[in-house]
Amino acid sequence: MSEPLLQVQDLTKHFPITRGVVFQRQVGAVQAVDGVSFDVQRGETLGLVGETGCGKSTTARMIARLLEPTSGSMMFEGRDLATLKGRDLKAARRDIQMVFQDPYSSLNPRKRVGSIIEEPFRIHGVLDSADARRKRVQELMDRVGLNPEHYNRYPHEFSGGQRQRIGVARAIALEPKLLIADEPVSALDVSIQAQILNLLSDLQNDLGLTMIFIAHDLSVVRHMCDRVAVMYLGRIAELASNEDLYASPRHPYTQALLSAVPQPDPSRKGDRVVLGGDIPSPANPPSGCRFHTRCPYADEVCKTTEPQGDQLGGAVVACHHPLAG
Amino acid sequence: MGTGSLLEEAFDAGEIGHPEVVVARTPWQLFWRRLKKDRFALASLGFIVLLILVAITAPLLVKALGLPAPNKLDTNALDEAGLPAGPSGSHPLGVDSLGRDVLARTIYGSRVALVVAFASTLIATVLGVSLGVLAGYYRGWVDTVVSRLLIDVLLSFPILMLAIGLSSACSFGDGCAGGLIQPGITTVIAVIALVTWTYPARLIRGQVLSMREKDFVDSARSIGASNFRIITRELLPNLVVPTIVYATLIIPSNVLFEAALSFLGVGVSPSTPSWGAMIGDAVNTFDTAWWYLLAPGLALVMTVLAFNLLGDGLSDALNPRSDD
Repeated sequence: MSEPLLQVQDLTKHFPITRGVVFQRQVGAVQAVDGVSFDVQRGETLGLVGETGCGKSTTARMIARLLEPTSGSMMFEGRDLATLKGRDLKAARRDIQMVFQDPYSSLNPRKRVGSIIEEPFRIHGVLDSADARRKRVQELMDRVGLNPEHYNRYPHEFSGGQRQRIGVARAIALEPKLLIADEPVSALDVSIQAQILNLLSDLQNDLGLTMIFIAHDLSVVRHMCDRVAVMYLGRIAELASNEDLYASPRHPYTQALLSAVPQPDPSRKGDRVVLGGDIPSPANPPSGCRFHTRCPYADEVCKTTEPQGDQLGGAVVACHHPLAG
Repeated sequence: MGTGSLLEEAFDAGEIGHPEVVVARTPWQLFWRRLKKDRFALASLGFIVLLILVAITAPLLVKALGLPAPNKLDTNALDEAGLPAGPSGSHPLGVDSLGRDVLARTIYGSRVALVVAFASTLIATVLGVSLGVLAGYYRGWVDTVVSRLLIDVLLSFPILMLAIGLSSACSFGDGCAGGLIQPGITTVIAVIALVTWTYPARLIRGQVLSMREKDFVDSARSIGASNFRIITRELLPNLVVPTIVYATLIIPSNVLFEAALSFLGVGVSPSTPSWGAMIGDAVNTFDTAWWYLLAPGLALVMTVLAFNLLGDGLSDALNPRSDD
């Protein structure tokens, strides 16, 4: 197997909880992401799924260097993204682009669409003449299914789905090597979601994009991804190929998530796994296995010992009592 | 497409009219359309334009009206007791206690009022927006210095007392700040700007604090934009509207501020015609020469009212969420 495009190793983000106004002291930390490791192969789509607050967006924002990691490394083409600065960081940003969740707040309301999409060219000094930039912007708009004649309009003149297309056009403008899609369809109407998903997979096929696709909706992930990482409370519970994960989940949490996906079959019943209780606070996570407070199979080992990610078939499962395949 | 052809057939058969071609309007066109419907704002704008013309052409206007120069003392215009005489043919609005023509001084007074108001507002706005953006964008120690050490400390002074103190301190000899602030009108401008920049600064800081968390700022950063570029190309365009609205609303308060300082005798030098100074002068002789108060008082009220109404109209017309 060739070298992965991105190797994330023990990535951690702790947000300090402080007290006091002028002289702040730290009284704790929200462990948003706590020791996450995974690889992203060239050309594949890796899904990151989990409940709200499990750290999937935080992970994405660290890879895009919108947040500084507390510790850990992110090797991207031989360089550690976590330590890049200045010119090197700017060069790396060119290869890693992001599509944001909210198509309303991700476009500057005071800028015309053309100027939003051409911003990457201006920042990186690609395409010096205004004519060349306009031509390229119009090609991009056409590519993502927008009318190229609308480059002079403002974002508020577009619908949510069209605005997300603008966001996608901006993200692919520099032909990045890695595209991070942070819940790109969860703010859209269901009828529009499929259009944007199809656009993303078409672009991926045509441009050979590598993608990290974040979602809280397993059916969306199933449609899009080659491999899926399930996150729970800042850690990866299970990382497996798409087929394996859906056919035979190994981690009890994955099983519970999958059983919550509605099935279009009224005769099917009885195997719904309902989790008790709420997701614990990431400021004070449970000892041992973080899932033990809600796990139907938990015993004494789970309360005291932290499970390591064990290879099980093709999957990596962080569980003391993995389910049979 | 089925519906398309059905529609086209209906158009061709003349059953329904073709819809008008929808032309996208720029924000400024939308703004102007909304402002045009606001009669008070339009009338105020007209008054302000007129006032600016009066201020620019003051010497010509005074000559054209056949009035004496604003500082010409005319003891003949005083009555036997040495009190100002009322309106007459040569002095349509009477003279003050030194025999200077009230109408000519009121016309010239528009110059001081507008110059001080515009200049102090411009300085206060530039200073306030710059520091507010820096404090809101960088937060941390920059915000602590701007918000706590500068703004909070300045706001904790009684503003009028501070202005009076500064004005009198700068009114002698070479003025303050190594001669940069000369006594007279520059002192008044500097003092007003110094005590009013905190308001736009706080407003803009708050706007930037909320805006910097928006995804379009993160997006610009993830593309590789520098802090300078994010501030100038992403944040500032979104701050134009609140800045314009706020500036038009502090212009009238600065007109009043100048009038108040001159009324109290710490504003522009006594020979310079200023509405505030004239009102202060008129108050002394109000029981015998009540008409002296009329011209500067009316001019001040109308100017402040016009700027306030225009500011309200602008804020309604520039707010994209207001109804069309």
